[in-house]
Amino acid sequence: MTWIWSNLDLIWDRTFDHLILSVPSIILSFVIALPFGALAHRYRTSRAVILTTVGLLYAIPSLPLFIVLPFIVGTSIRSPLNLIIALTLYGVALMVRVVADGLGSVDRDVQQSATAVGFSGWTSFWQVELPLAGPVLLAGLRVVAVSTVSLATVGAVIGAQSLGSLFTDGFQRGIQAEIIAGTLATVLLALVLDAILVLIGRLLMPWTRRSAIGVRVRPDTVAQEVTA
Amino acid sequence: MNFVTETVAWLIDPANWVGAGGIPTRLVQHLLFTLVTLVLAAVIAVPIGFLIGHTGRGRGLAVATSGAFRAIPTLGLLTLVALWVGIGLNAPYVALTVLAIPPILAGAYTGFEAIDRKIIDAARAVGMSEAQIVLKVELPLGLPLLIGGLRSATLQVVATATLAAYVADFGLGRYLFEGLRIRDYGEMLGGSILVILLAIVLEGVFALAQKLVVPRGVTAGLPTDIRDGSSRSRPAMESTIKEGTSHVRNE
Repeated sequence: MTWIWSNLDLIWDRTFDHLILSVPSIILSFVIALPFGALAHRYRTSRAVILTTVGLLYAIPSLPLFIVLPFIVGTSIRSPLNLIIALTLYGVALMVRVVADGLGSVDRDVQQSATAVGFSGWTSFWQVELPLAGPVLLAGLRVVAVSTVSLATVGAVIGAQSLGSLFTDGFQRGIQAEIIAGTLATVLLALVLDAILVLIGRLLMPWTRRSAIGVRVRPDTVAQEVTA
Repeated sequence: MNFVTETVAWLIDPANWVGAGGIPTRLVQHLLFTLVTLVLAAVIAVPIGFLIGHTGRGRGLAVATSGAFRAIPTLGLLTLVALWVGIGLNAPYVALTVLAIPPILAGAYTGFEAIDRKIIDAARAVGMSEAQIVLKVELPLGLPLLIGGLRSATLQVVATATLAAYVADFGLGRYLFEGLRIRDYGEMLGGSILVILLAIVLEGVFALAQKLVVPRGVTAGLPTDIRDGSSRSRPAMESTIKEGTSHVRNE
């Protein structure tokens, strides 16, 4: 405990580093996954190709990806940008499937009604399908957020600073309190980001407020993640 | 493109394919470690998961616990356990078994839960005992999801076993850390490529296994394309197959 109180500045600095890595990755994942997920939902061929690709991408272990990526895209191995790109790739890999599932969960009758009352494909996507897929997307994004925050710590072993640096430093110097503090801070940060996402979800989707978010999500999407 | 030639040179260098630090030895270490960890985790998680899935009790607790575990950074757990039990293989075994339990547990009970209740009722109606229901109905029908859980756990363990080389001298991860330390691009990239290949091969094996274990009677009843049918009434087994493919990375 004394270690934590006397090193609050350090913990705060590493938390800030951690936010710089994780928040852009989470936002980028969502933005990039939307068109790919929509494409995967739209056609049978694109679905097979895209979902297989993201499945394989997600299978790549993080540490090797952090090391290989700089040689492919030309970033420096220790730079935050390298980690942000890698974390975004994982986020996209997870989110594309969620977007495809979310759009697939929209009732066919509703889509046809939208077409019948004159929505074009484009406006129907933004004004009907996307909002209705919202709870599923939110559930997926929450998983992405928690997973990204947790994964970002791995960068510490290659020298990219984050809350994970407290693990490597604590391990090398034999300070248990430092590792425990890092773990708690990481979990806390994940919970805070998760809570922010839930809040944003309530603001954007007021109709889900009455039923707990996720309860209406179909079991074959990410329902088991939601309740977690 | 200098690093490409360096990587190829490292990968084909015969000196890297023999001895205690050679690629075959490290690969076997990596695989054995993964296997032992999975078996340990499965021995703990599968019976508990079946119990939760069959009785429907304790689900909330299981979901909450696995959710909490997901947020715990693996590297933190790994280094902390390493400080407690000392440098070596014990720390990774403990840490990774703990981390492999939640996905297997989830695979086991969601596999049971995804089964249409009518099927269970029918099994009971024709006079099956509880043990028969579990072994002859729930187990085969829930198997694809259980394999899905094992698949997530395997990917997690293979990836984290690479990280475990940070606290113990074993596995393919050693090449990554050594290459980073002495700035040998060939070694760090070669090692990374080996780990990536291993993970992708295992992913493929599990994807195949997951398809193969679906009982024939179930696949016969499935719509060929999931978007063909109405979105409202779908057979329960379809969700079983899809659900098993989602897992979460946090190593």
